Amino acid sequence: MILDGKCPTGPIETSWDRHRFESKLVNPSNKRKYKVLCVGTGLAGGAAAASLGELGYQVEAFCYQDSARRAHSIAAQGGINAAKNYPNDGDSVYRLFYDTIKGGDFRAREADVWRLAQVSNNIIDQCVAQGVPFARDYAGYLDNRSFGGAQVSRTFYARGQTGQQLLLGAYSALSRQVKAGTVKLHERREMLDLVVVDGVAKGITCRNMVNGDIESHWGDAVILATGGYVNVFYLSTNAMGCSVTAAWKAARKGAYMANPCYTQIHPTCIPQHGDQQSKLTLMSESLRNDGRCWVPKKTEDCEKPAGEIADDDRDYYLERKYPSFGNLAPRDIASRAAKEQCDDERGVGPGKRGVYLDFADSIKRLSEDTIRERYGNLFEMYEKITDENAYKQPMRIYPAPHYSMGGLWVDYNCMSNVPGLFVLGEANFSVHGANRLGASALMQGLADGYFVIPYTIANYLVTVKPGEVKADHEAFKASADAVKADIDKLLSINGTKTPSEFHRELGKIMWEKVGMARSDESLKEALKLIPALRDEFWKNVKVVGTNEQFNQELENAGRLADFFEFAEILAKDALNREESCGGHFRTEHQTNDGEAMRNDEDFCYVAAWEFKGAGVEPELHKEPLKFDNVKLAVRSYK
Amino acid sequence: MKLKLHVWRQNGPNDQGKLETIDAPSVSPDQSFLEMLDDVNQTLALEGKDVIAFDHDCREGICGMCSQVINGVPHGGQDRTTVCQLHMRKFKDGDEIFIEPWKARAFPVIKDLVVDRNGLEKIMQAGGYTSCHTGGVADGNALPIGKPVADYSMDAAECIGCGACVASCPNSSAMLYTGAKVAQLAVLPQGKIEAAKRVMAMTEAAKENGFGNCSNHYECQASCPKGVDVKFISKLNREYMKALVK
Amino acid sequence: MQLTQSSVGRKIIMAVTGIVLVGFVCVHLLGNSSMFVGADAINAYAQKLHSLGPFVWVFRLVMLVAFALHIVFGIQLTLENKAATPEANVQVKRLKTGFGAETMIVSGLVMLAFVIYHLLHFTVQVPGMGVYEMNEATNMVNVYTMVVAGFKSVLTVIIYLAGMFFLFLHVSHGFQSLFQTLGLSNDKSLPVTGMVSKLVGFVLLLGYIAIPLSIVFGCIKL
Repeated sequence: MILDGKCPTGPIETSWDRHRFESKLVNPSNKRKYKVLCVGTGLAGGAAAASLGELGYQVEAFCYQDSARRAHSIAAQGGINAAKNYPNDGDSVYRLFYDTIKGGDFRAREADVWRLAQVSNNIIDQCVAQGVPFARDYAGYLDNRSFGGAQVSRTFYARGQTGQQLLLGAYSALSRQVKAGTVKLHERREMLDLVVVDGVAKGITCRNMVNGDIESHWGDAVILATGGYVNVFYLSTNAMGCSVTAAWKAARKGAYMANPCYTQIHPTCIPQHGDQQSKLTLMSESLRNDGRCWVPKKTEDCEKPAGEIADDDRDYYLERKYPSFGNLAPRDIASRAAKEQCDDERGVGPGKRGVYLDFADSIKRLSEDTIRERYGNLFEMYEKITDENAYKQPMRIYPAPHYSMGGLWVDYNCMSNVPGLFVLGEANFSVHGANRLGASALMQGLADGYFVIPYTIANYLVTVKPGEVKADHEAFKASADAVKADIDKLLSINGTKTPSEFHRELGKIMWEKVGMARSDESLKEALKLIPALRDEFWKNVKVVGTNEQFNQELENAGRLADFFEFAEILAKDALNREESCGGHFRTEHQTNDGEAMRNDEDFCYVAAWEFKGAGVEPELHKEPLKFDNVKLAVRSYK
Repeated sequence: MKLKLHVWRQNGPNDQGKLETIDAPSVSPDQSFLEMLDDVNQTLALEGKDVIAFDHDCREGICGMCSQVINGVPHGGQDRTTVCQLHMRKFKDGDEIFIEPWKARAFPVIKDLVVDRNGLEKIMQAGGYTSCHTGGVADGNALPIGKPVADYSMDAAECIGCGACVASCPNSSAMLYTGAKVAQLAVLPQGKIEAAKRVMAMTEAAKENGFGNCSNHYECQASCPKGVDVKFISKLNREYMKALVK
Repeated sequence: MQLTQSSVGRKIIMAVTGIVLVGFVCVHLLGNSSMFVGADAINAYAQKLHSLGPFVWVFRLVMLVAFALHIVFGIQLTLENKAATPEANVQVKRLKTGFGAETMIVSGLVMLAFVIYHLLHFTVQVPGMGVYEMNEATNMVNVYTMVVAGFKSVLTVIIYLAGMFFLFLHVSHGFQSLFQTLGLSNDKSLPVTGMVSKLVGFVLLLGYIAIPLSIVFGCIKL
């Protein structure tokens, strides 16, 4: 099937304004009759719930954490982009639009990206009004810094905690609505099913994580803002609770999963130290401004302390391969280069999966104090985790899964192919194409939540009668029964391996076969290994405890069960996409010097997968991408 | 390393609860504290025993989910360190470690080391915001804010809402949490407008939700993983007096 | 209402009454120090105070109100704090607070008992508690004799020494606390007021115990 994103046509500069005017409105006195469920309370979900509540809809918000403030948006360090052009350096909405399209390797929709760039300015204003303490200069004006993939300074930041501050802003707006009675919060709830009645989303089934109650919640529309899925790799920079579950439950009810193979591997993370490790920690990309990446030229030098390796015996591989961008090459390229060095058996540190990020030259040039001033908190964090002093010896870094550009398919209104189901933020696929630029994730989450969904949801709501289907509908009971059956099944297997052992094994397959570089061969192997492991999981998993208690083993097992089904789709998508673009690198499709080679002829489309059951071949739907405003070009960073 | 853990086990708010001694026979110094607990849980699960329940999520020290009193100090007593960032190299072979939950009436135990911190939400809902609407606000640069003021506000805003301040307080007071939010907003032009109403409402909510009164022990700052300063409590008191005379 | 019922309001009352009380304690010490000058000095000082007539009673009323408020709210806040705190963890390690801060209610209650004893002893002059020798000319008790004779008893000296020790504990936390509560401290001033607070407590302790000890060691005698 050919999918239609229903993007506005005509001049792109006015596309969003025209769309807003043409959108339907819900009469203020009717708004309170509609109930909207919002799953996830990060930047997208929190902002959406607060904004919709303020408009007068009855909103119910759900999160698995004990507080809406703890969603993983909080961990974003760097900043948020906006086309304010405060530094007078030539930025504009058009430039932000162009950079984002190009950064995404021409695999995103033009209209969605334009809208994002256009509302980016409103986001900054909104956050300032909420009391977000952005960095300021001595004159009292907002400060900007530059970030990867752009030649202008358009990134607004709040120390190294921008995500936290923006989320607390959204959370404060949400708290205000809770007090006003327009939003009801349900914390420690995990969405375990989407309730679909006659093909339309009408509610969710969730588990109360404190006492195991299976709860039915009805709504005239359901919003998923449940983040990304890179925990499918087991080790990632995501929080432990991040999962594909909510999105996958929707996929199981017919929502299409778009471009799942677009995963971002961030180049500067602290390497894995051992087998018991549970997660990886990101070090801000900004470190590459002053750090030089290198590995020993000779394998036998890898065991030696870094200080004993002469400069001539070091391979500054990024500077060698990309002389013009050097250590500031974009994320996907820097990550692959690090992997290549380690595959060449020149990695350093435990397990030989690491490269040096060396500040010695910068310290010599600028003094240790300057480096401390710029990155002191990161060096401190590095020392806490590794017990190494990065002022005295180089940091060791290695790429780690960080973000998912793919997600549930949505149209221009952020509505999935299941009417009534809206998807926002990282959970949808819309604006980042095949690679996301730094400081763009926060921008997208807040844009969707504050400035897109409040307009576009009305288009749908006017078509439904409020409260037509409530929780007493038989579909809710059927859904709750199915959820209970799944839980009972997990608890009854009583095998010999814990969920975390299975998760590690799945992660290993995904990382090695479907990770930074994928080949026809590795993907086909993965597609054999994943179903086999999934079968073993359903025969041999051991989940202790009961449903009627606070049970983290059960939570993990449930999430893992979804990852197993999803992982296969991810690998299938990677196998289908016979090209290299952005975060998706197929070894068969590279230039002679190892760069990604896109195939615009055959793959300039969004791949949206329809799940038909575990082990059943999913159906591929395509949405062709048209570029009327930007010329398709090859990215080069040489 | 070999360690002996004394872990608080409690099945819900009304259960008595007690310490249970569990061995951690092979701990790597490079592990984080939570990874050490993961290992212990793995062993317990394979033996078919109930695993130790503990809250955790981001494991990079920012989400504020983790909440354990380790050897009598919330988050374990390393300077500006959450439990998830605490590493096992800080302990020695043969150490005995006491692991207990946040204790405060306002934080009933859900299970083992997991507590219900909803009281903090209620304080926030009472007024921890500016009442601005989505959209229709002034340009971000319309009101210049001096760098020292912005920095002061940011210092206060570093709070991760973990509740260690309450857990460490001999009075179970949430004044540092409340003060940080009051101070963050009170110094900004956007937040000043509602400052009087906010400080009244938030301190009242703290009382209503069962938190104690501040009596200036300053334990909160000492155990705060973000080092939020007690000067913000003083700022709250100042704001309160301003509100009284208004 | 806000002032007398809210958490911060009552703390403000504690701080303000604390200022009155610590101020009184300082002035009282200065007055008492006339013991070192001699019998005539302290008796003249006592006589001067008595001659103020109704002002004495105004002053006493203010003190009584401040004292009562400080005690009532102190007890009330402490009870609330106890109610907010369940059974402690098995292991409790404090990082910052001190013995004085943790025992404010104890030192406070001991002070209350001490003040009652002290008033009965030296102000009300309950017969039998001390030596009350009337001065015919002024129609007043000879204060110097009363004090010196009073501290001939070892028990009395111990009671006074103990009382002053608790005063030290109380003031060493309370003094800096009032700056914090009245919104007068910040990160730079706090360590300073903390030190000053201990110093004030210590000076008061030394000053007050100097009198009974001087009597015990015979530096002041009849």
